[in-house]
Amino acid sequence: MSTVTAAETTTTDRSLPVVLKVEGLNVDLRTPRGTVRAVDNVGFEARAGQTLALLGESGCGKSMTAKAVAGLLDPIADVDGGEILLNGTDLARLSPKQRRKFAGPELGIVFQDALTALNPVYPVGAQLGEAFRIHHGLSAKEAKAKAVDLMRRVGIPEPEARVNAYPHQFSGGMRQRILIAMAVALNPKLLIADEPTTALDVTVQAQIMALLKSLREESDMAVVLITHDLAVVAEEADTVAVMYAGNVVETGRVADVFASPRHPYTKGLLESVPVNAERGAELNSIPGSPPELHKIPAGCVYQDRCPLVQEVCRAERPKLLPVVSKEPAAADGATPRAAACHFSEELDK
Amino acid sequence: MATPLVQPGHQPPTSDALPEPFAVPPLEPPAAEAAEAGDKKPGLFRLLLRDKFATAAAAVLVLVGLTAVFGPALMGDLATKQNLLFANKPPFNPANGWEYFLGSDSLGRSVLARLVIATRTTVAVALPAVAIALVIGSLWGVWAGYHRGWRETVSMRVADVIMSFPSLLLAVVVLYVFNPSIANIVLILALTRIPIYLRTARAESAELQSRTFVDAARTFGAKPNAIIGRHVVPIVLPTLLTLATLEFCYVMLAESSLSFLGIGIQPPDVSWGLMVSQGRQYLQTAWWLSIFPGLAIVITTIAANMLAAWLRIATDPAQRWRLALPRKRLIARIPAKTVEGDK
Amino acid sequence: MTETRIQSNDRPLIEVDGVTKTFHVAKSASGNSRLRALDGINLSVRRGETLGLVGESGCGKSTLARTLMMLERPDAGAVRFDGTDPFGLRGKELLEWRRRVQMVFQDPFASLNARMTAGEIIAEPWKAHRGLYKTSREREARVRELLHMVGLRPSDAKKSPQEFSGGQRQRIGIARALALNPDVIILDEPVSALDLSVQAQVLNLLNDLQQRLGVSYVFISHDLSVVRHVADRVAVMYLGRIIETGRTEDVFEHPRHPYTAALMSASPKLDVSGAERQRIILQGEIPSPLDPPSGCRFRTRCWKAQDVCAEQAPGSEPAGKDAGHLAECHFPLETLKVRSGELAPMP
Repeated sequence: MSTVTAAETTTTDRSLPVVLKVEGLNVDLRTPRGTVRAVDNVGFEARAGQTLALLGESGCGKSMTAKAVAGLLDPIADVDGGEILLNGTDLARLSPKQRRKFAGPELGIVFQDALTALNPVYPVGAQLGEAFRIHHGLSAKEAKAKAVDLMRRVGIPEPEARVNAYPHQFSGGMRQRILIAMAVALNPKLLIADEPTTALDVTVQAQIMALLKSLREESDMAVVLITHDLAVVAEEADTVAVMYAGNVVETGRVADVFASPRHPYTKGLLESVPVNAERGAELNSIPGSPPELHKIPAGCVYQDRCPLVQEVCRAERPKLLPVVSKEPAAADGATPRAAACHFSEELDK
Repeated sequence: MATPLVQPGHQPPTSDALPEPFAVPPLEPPAAEAAEAGDKKPGLFRLLLRDKFATAAAAVLVLVGLTAVFGPALMGDLATKQNLLFANKPPFNPANGWEYFLGSDSLGRSVLARLVIATRTTVAVALPAVAIALVIGSLWGVWAGYHRGWRETVSMRVADVIMSFPSLLLAVVVLYVFNPSIANIVLILALTRIPIYLRTARAESAELQSRTFVDAARTFGAKPNAIIGRHVVPIVLPTLLTLATLEFCYVMLAESSLSFLGIGIQPPDVSWGLMVSQGRQYLQTAWWLSIFPGLAIVITTIAANMLAAWLRIATDPAQRWRLALPRKRLIARIPAKTVEGDK
Repeated sequence: MTETRIQSNDRPLIEVDGVTKTFHVAKSASGNSRLRALDGINLSVRRGETLGLVGESGCGKSTLARTLMMLERPDAGAVRFDGTDPFGLRGKELLEWRRRVQMVFQDPFASLNARMTAGEIIAEPWKAHRGLYKTSREREARVRELLHMVGLRPSDAKKSPQEFSGGQRQRIGIARALALNPDVIILDEPVSALDLSVQAQVLNLLNDLQQRLGVSYVFISHDLSVVRHVADRVAVMYLGRIIETGRTEDVFEHPRHPYTAALMSASPKLDVSGAERQRIILQGEIPSPLDPPSGCRFRTRCWKAQDVCAEQAPGSEPAGKDAGHLAECHFPLETLKVRSGELAPMP
């Protein structure tokens, strides 16, 4: 039995080194209905030892953004402009071959579905050791020893005995641990976790989140957490970038953004969560559903669902601009807050 | 605050916190509505005309059908009339007259006329054989797969027995005992091909019966046969029809091997398969005797296959939109999945 | 917790008494091939109320739902609906029972036949219940009414399911369940597959329909915040048993079973006030239902487990002042407040 305090490192120190800086990233998708922009001018920063959450609903482009950063886009998707700076190197300009050198030592990725992300015909030890064989040139035996260490590090009981077991012999939570072990094998500077707990039960989800947190603190990794779950963001992340229809609509410290959202979408999402409402009371829902990619309107992407919509919203897409808050606390040297809304100041309570 | 509703049930957020100038304006209904109605559901026939290959395939099949129905009447006794003056004439020689356009056999009979007559026999054997096997095998398979349990086990064992018994041997025995009439050939071909449909239908039906919408139908109190008719058959049918067109080819060839053994179509009746086997011994000297009926089999089969492939997409509402696209884009159609896949 | 009151007007709509369901599966490592999905389930659903059924994957909540729908037959125990055992019904009576109990499924994509239009899907139940709406004009009018009721347009009747978004599809599923004017609807994770912003719309719709139609809900979910929002009473399931049940406030405010407390503590909270919250993080995962632990099923993950827990299965102990609040535990937690962090330190 262990207890963990959920106290957040609520201060975001600007002196922490920026590990990943994405700027103006566009991803185009070739579809039968023509080319659509799945990720549109997206930018964010992830700092060492901190967790940045990419928050959004299905189809908002958050996974696409992560795949672009990791270089794992489908062949039908292209990065069309933008910079992906990982410790100063622009990944977007690297050849696939150069990029492979980064996968592992610099950047690790954890997927949602641990069962399909592991090869069913190899023992987990061999899959865990692969990174060491490729990047450090270790022998099979040395790699296996490393795999045992890794399994112990991510909390898999009896690693010596289980290193030769196959993925299907592990439970869902254990498989996710193995996936995390693979991602952190070479102590990457950046860990991308794409919905790492969505397929898991809450009690297991808590274990995995605690593990990610301890790994992050241990090695000062930057973590990019992709999720649709507001509560997970509230508990696990330091900063957040809220995405909608391929655009970042709001960024800032989680505490600030969730306490006083400055984009109507963020506000609507927060009010949709049933937690604070009385039983049986009407929830504040957002009408309609997100636009399909080929039907994203000109002007503000959120205009069709927004309660604040005006003429200007239909005519002109708002830029992601720093917001000034009446509360001085949010302005002092912390991660700047920004929102892409013509009326974000009106939302300031 | 009076807020016009978009749709009943879609409550706009209560905007207490919002300053007065931001009264909620009425939202327009999604603009997509009108646009979608435009490109919606063109008739099956118009959809067919958009696809060149499918149209050609359909035309070939219509031609084969018309030939089978009206051809023999047009040809009269041309197919049986012997003319030793015109024996073994090669094809494509206009000097020999239109009836010998596709050449003639050693007795001077017109290959064209025989091909036309044979069309009727071939269709008359293959079509009922395929149809009977399709209907019996599919219904049996769907029923077995839906109910699972002993019904499934028994059915599969029966299918195994039929499949493991050499069908040609069975045909030889049956057709020696009974006389090799067209009806008997049809029945024996149908019987040996039933397991093909039975297995496919069972597999698909067993998978479908565990689907949620089938469960939903059970919760209304719908009877098993009603569920099979409403939810299982319409989904399995395109697969089975595709299978049936492939089987069409197999049955034509099986009929020709029976004819070759002398227990199939009996001369003076003639079928494409029989023509191929009769012409086989003249392959060195008169290639046209077996090549043209062979081509007829191949072209008919390919046409049937292409139409079936098209029909499979056209009858599936989830795929139908692909046919509405300009032809070129069909090639790059994989993306659609990835758009949805981003969760 | 057998219901002893037999007054007809007070009688629960659904009573489940000691229901057990075993599946035969491929042998497990220990040679056991009997998977006990439900093990002595007792519960009741009253008229017009919402019973929340909470638990993690593999706890048996979907099997319970399927048993309530008569899609599975229990090996032992009794289900009574309005006093009668639905498993004994035949013919017209069975059909009438089917009419009164309907279900909404989790996956709005899999639960609608893609080859039918929305109107056909909603009208489908009437094909088995021909007496309900006799003329096609009546049926069409009712389809339009139902579409309106769930917040769709009458013109949507002609569209096929793939033209709708996930939330709209779930509305069609709800309209289909309402088509037979049921007394109770089993909702199996009805919003889990939906995006948050759409989830709230559907929850509002369900709430609104209940108030208008007086229908009872059995609301199955793994999402505690959703259950807390909709349910009057909750039952928490673990490995085929209901380990705690009671009024929603009682169970959420004062959980008595360690598992309930851990479940609530583990689910992330949307609280950015920075207040420290103590969390119970359970070790391990749910044991395989093929080889459940002896005695108390939760003991392998429980921090309060003693020898007695392995030897003897705990009975249902009334907890607190409300007699309806029951917990199956040898060492029920004292008034514990998970959210305020008063949780006693654990060994």
